[in-house]
Amino acid sequence: MAVGTTPMRVDVVSPEELLWSGEAEFVVAKTVDGEIGILAHHEPLMAALASGTVTIHTGGDQISPSIGGGFLQILDNTVTLLVDEATLERDNPTE
Amino acid sequence: MASAELRAIRRRIRSVESTKKITRAMELIAASRIVKARERVHASRPYADKMIEVIRNVARASGDASDPLLERRDLTTMGVLVVTSDRGLAGAYNSSVLRRAERFMVEQRARGVELRLFAVGKKAQTYFAFRGYEIAESFLAVTDQPTYADARRIATALMTEYRSGAVDAVDVFFTVYRSALSYVPTRTEVLPVTPPVSDDENEGTAGSEVAVSYEFEPDPGVILGRLLPRYVESAIYGHLLESSASEHASRQRAMKAATDNAEELIKVLTRTANQARQAEITTEIAEIVGGAQALSAS
Repeated sequence: MAVGTTPMRVDVVSPEELLWSGEAEFVVAKTVDGEIGILAHHEPLMAALASGTVTIHTGGDQISPSIGGGFLQILDNTVTLLVDEATLERDNPTE
Repeated sequence: MASAELRAIRRRIRSVESTKKITRAMELIAASRIVKARERVHASRPYADKMIEVIRNVARASGDASDPLLERRDLTTMGVLVVTSDRGLAGAYNSSVLRRAERFMVEQRARGVELRLFAVGKKAQTYFAFRGYEIAESFLAVTDQPTYADARRIATALMTEYRSGAVDAVDVFFTVYRSALSYVPTRTEVLPVTPPVSDDENEGTAGSEVAVSYEFEPDPGVILGRLLPRYVESAIYGHLLESSASEHASRQRAMKAATDNAEELIKVLTRTANQARQAEITTEIAEIVGGAQALSAS
């Protein structure tokens, strides 16, 4: 996956636990205003998330938690997803 | 023939032994629950911390954004949420938080403030019902292992009351878990929401400057309006978890004391039983010897 080269830090946090934390190259999320793609060094952003699937592309791997709404904050090259409720399923592309 | 006294003592020993088995089992269960409860407290921290950070940033960036949940009103009716357990046998856990809450309620009444009482746990429900307090709503089967859904249900009820004007503020009484030996009954205001004040505000670190350059999607007011209910829920969730950890710790300690007492009692009773048995044997021997002497003398 050659989308981004520099990684950013991503935390997916639900009220009950820290669901996922790691480095990612590209994140796609659905806000209440529409879909956004996030690369490293995005400007500071605070957005309300709509329910749906967030896709986190790490180097070659892909994590897509389904979320039931929440918030997204980008600050200092760190993306924090504060999600109301979420289920995490990891799909491992064979290549 | 064993005397009636000896049989009575042996029966008591058996009864204390079976009680000891029960208290010991409860002690072990409570011990494992503490570990789980503390893990959950720990797991909930990242969200709670982030939520505080985000609200602080958004509140600062949105300037004088107002929200019904932030609005301070004159206090005519106060909501009081008291968090206790459903089951007893937990030492002073329930009574200390209940007494603290009741004292506060009496004070408020004396000042002419009306009260609306919300009870978490059967213990709070029966305590206040017995004393003639009217309970607006009870939440049962929550505190053993609180889930976020429970917290949300309670928070939603409180926020609905607050928004409708049925209450002008809500305070929560719960128990903070300090350590395995220390749990402190505590009062906190949950509504109206007081935006968290940052520790670095007076230090004026770089954090505050970064926050100002946020982009918002949609605008800060809308975001804040969505954030605040989550913040209240997360705060209540935290209080429930703290209380739950305290409950299990308190129960473990109470049950350990009960087990120790049972052991002590068994020791004392066994000694008494042995004495009674010995006395019986001595009497029997004396009787035989006396009988034999009487025979040989004749």
